[in-house]
This record gives sequence, structure tokens and C-alpha cells, in this order.
Amino acid sequence: MNDLRLLARYLDISVRSQLEYRASFLMLSAGYLLITVIEFLSVWVLFDRFGNLQGWSLPEIAFFYGIINIAFALGESAARGFDLFSPVIKSGDFDRLLLRPRSTALQVAGQELTLRRVGRLLQGACVLGWSASALGLQWSPGQWLLLGWTLLGGTCLFYGLMVLQGTVCFWTTESLEFMNAFTNGGVFAAQYPFSIYRDWFRRFFTFGVPLACVSYYPALALQGRPDPLGTPALLHWLAPLVGLLFLALCLQVWHWGVRHYRSSGS
Amino acid sequence: MKAYAAILSAQFRTLLQYRGAALAGLFTQVFFGLVIVMVYEGFYRSTTTTPPLSLAQVVTYTWLGQAMLGLIPWNVDPEIRNLIRSGGVAYELLRPLDLYRLWFTRCLARRSAPTLLRALPMLALAYAFLGMQLPPSWTCLLLWLAANMGALFLSAAFTALLSTSLLWTISGEGINYLVICMIILGSGLQIPLPFYPDWLLPVLNLLPFRGLFDVPSRLYLGHIPPSQALPVLAHQFLWTLALIGFGRWVLARGLRRLEVQGG
Repeated sequence: MNDLRLLARYLDISVRSQLEYRASFLMLSAGYLLITVIEFLSVWVLFDRFGNLQGWSLPEIAFFYGIINIAFALGESAARGFDLFSPVIKSGDFDRLLLRPRSTALQVAGQELTLRRVGRLLQGACVLGWSASALGLQWSPGQWLLLGWTLLGGTCLFYGLMVLQGTVCFWTTESLEFMNAFTNGGVFAAQYPFSIYRDWFRRFFTFGVPLACVSYYPALALQGRPDPLGTPALLHWLAPLVGLLFLALCLQVWHWGVRHYRSSGS
Repeated sequence: MKAYAAILSAQFRTLLQYRGAALAGLFTQVFFGLVIVMVYEGFYRSTTTTPPLSLAQVVTYTWLGQAMLGLIPWNVDPEIRNLIRSGGVAYELLRPLDLYRLWFTRCLARRSAPTLLRALPMLALAYAFLGMQLPPSWTCLLLWLAANMGALFLSAAFTALLSTSLLWTISGEGINYLVICMIILGSGLQIPLPFYPDWLLPVLNLLPFRGLFDVPSRLYLGHIPPSQALPVLAHQFLWTLALIGFGRWVLARGLRRLEVQGG
């Protein structure tokens, strides 16, 4: 519990320091918001041209889009410290972290809570809200709970991916662009229902990087729609748990990476 | 001219050093391309209307996009940004060279070297395994190459203009975001321009952004037939001239009120 309080304190400091530069913060958030709006516009353009995507309508797609973007925005802002980890290795600053009587993961996690991703968060929430009202969904308490559960799973999953990205730096020193394929690329893929993809691709994002478990499956349950692929409804409710397990696994990999750490000596 | 050639080649060699980054980039591009292709396959399987491009054309267009990403003016030249922030512009002014031409050359190198490094392996992979098609005729291929040269100069003119605007804004992030949005919308990188609603097309056709990617790619596909190549290439060329002229003007204005911070 003490650890969590320390983390909260770290993040509180980070947030306050960002709010010192209020104009810069507002401009960056607005710019980022604009880009995500344009992204969604292009989905709209395709639907305007094609009508539907294998029986899915634009509001139904918007539902997936909203969920995955909210989860990504939350996970990415919270795990910013792991995103910025490569200079810590390069400069040898990680040695200092090792000297402190706290876990390294906690200290890296506490580096920064980025606020500028608030643009993506807002836009995701707006798109999700629009989708829910366009589909005429009735929200029972159970469904609110499932929504929160889904977003928690999704946030944990993206957090885990960031932890992995940081862990790779123990070996490569530089942070590598290929993790982008799973984070940004994963978000892009999960904006559309996984039923439209080829089998190997869907399997990879169910069992490898379990993005489908925190977006596609629970979103089906939230929409009250049966899976065109025929998976049972109970699975849709349980699926977000995989996101939490994924994060736990990634933290294990992190600890293993720390044991293999060799200082750059600078 | 010799001096500019030397700058071009030095920048080129520096940027060609990062092979590891290029490999990681290639992986990401293949991944993104595959997702985009699968989404289009989904749309084409269920559509009842006749889309403006065939599926094979869209697939080829997508891989061209992944290959030519480096040509797009996503950001200001980081070196020029540092020069402006640190006051190094003063040294630049001491050189016996035309400043705009110097910066333009830098931007030219910044856009061309990574593109060459990334485009060739991406195109080779896409032909071999990912369903990309060859252009329908030699004329189309030549027009594509010509239009890419044009796109390179247009892109450098954009980068130079954005970079000079830093003389006012220092951080430049605000304008950068706006331009990125316009590029995403208007260049065809996100979606081929013919897919846009018909009422929006005249506007997009007028703007300079399509010269960066959509024009070369549709010339490659023969979607813009070779007989109509001249007007679109002229459009690209005129916009390049206009942006160079504007960039020169902005730079001249900026230098007149330039105050170099000591240090």
C-alpha cells in the first residue's frame, strides 16, 4: 500500500509540473485532438463510400473505435516512463534507480503521467457516446460495470506493452520502432471488428498480444450482439481479465530484464 | 552549386547510417500495410456500389504509401530548429551562401535519403509477397518517377517553409499539427483521394497536398491516364514554386527582425 501511495505522489508531482506550462499544454492537447478527429473522419469517408463493412455499420465500428482509443490513451499516459526509458539506460541513470530501496518498475512508472493524451481520451469518449446513442443502447448497471472492466483490461494491456518496450532497452539501449506495430498498429487494427481479419492475424491478437480480448469480445457483449465467429457470451465477459494477466506477465519480464542489466558505464 | 552538392552528400551519408532503425521501420510499415489491406478487403467483399479504384489498385496504392512515407514533410528540419533555438542562425548568415537555398538543400537531403533507404526494400517485399502490382506500362512508371521527383521538391519546399516559420514561433508545434492534419487529409496517404465524397474532391484537387503522394501513385496505377499527366504535374510544379517563393519571403521578413540571443 505504501508503494501505491508513493506512486501517486510521484504522478501528482508530474501532473503539477506539466500544468506549469499551461498554454503549451493546451496547444499540444488541441493539436493531438485534431489529429485523432481527422483519423476518425477517414473512417467516416470509407463508410460514406462503401456503405457497410461486412454487415457492420458506422456506429457499430465507432463503438470499437471509442473503446480501444480510451484504453490506449489511459495506458499510454500512465506508462510514459517506460516509453521514455531508453535515455535512462543510455546515460547510466538506471544505476541510481537500482540504489534506491524501492522496486525499479515503481520508480520508472512514477516518472511521468502525460496529460497531453487527454485529446485522444476525450475524442474516444465522444465517439463512444455517439455510437451508444446512435445504436440506442440501454445502459444497465451491469453494463456500466462491464465497460469499466473492459477499459481497465485495455489500459493494463497497453501498459504492459509499454513495459515490454522499455524492457527491450536493457538489451538494445535504443528504443526500437517495431513496438509501434503492436501499440499504434494494434489500436489501428482494433478500431475495426476482428471478425474481418484473416485467421492468423486474429489469432495473434487473441493469444499473442491479446488486444481482441479487451476490445472486440467485451464490446460484443456491450452491444448485445452475438459474435459472427460463434464464440460464447460468457467468454466476452471474462475476456478483459486477460489484459490484467498480460500486465502481470510483462512485469515479470521486466524483473528478468533488470537481472540482465549491464550498465552502459557512462 | 558545388557547396550545395557537398551539403547534400554529407547529409545523405549521415542519414544512411541508421540501418537498424530502418529495419524496425520496415517491420512496422509491413504491419500497418497488412492491416490496411485487410480492412479494404473487408469493405470490397461486402460493398454493393462500384468503388472508384479496384481492390488490386487499392492494395498497390497502400504499399506505395508505406514505401514513400519518408517523402512526406511530417516535421521541421531538427537541425534548423536547433540553429534557431541556439542562435546558430548567426553562423549560418556568415556563410557565403544564399540562406534559403542552403536550408532548402538540407530539407531536400532530409527527405530523400531516408526515402531511398526505406522505399526500395519495402517495394521489393511488396512485389514479392504482398500483392503489389507493377505499373500497367513503361509510361506510367516513368511518370511515377517524374512525379516523385516533383513530390520531393514540393516536400522540401514545405519543410523549408515550416522551418523558417520557427523564426517566429520557436517551438513550431502548433503549425506543425495543422499541417500534419492537412497532409493526412489531402495527400491521400490515409485514404486515396477518389474515395472522398464528390463534393470535397474539387477542394482537395486544388490544394498542394495531393502532389505529395496521391498524384504520383495514381500516375503509377494509370488511374490518372498518361494523357492527363501534364496538368497534374504542372499543378505540382506551380505549387512548389509558390511555396518556395513564400518561404523566401517569410525568411527575408524573419531575418529583418532577427535578434540573436547571445551565448
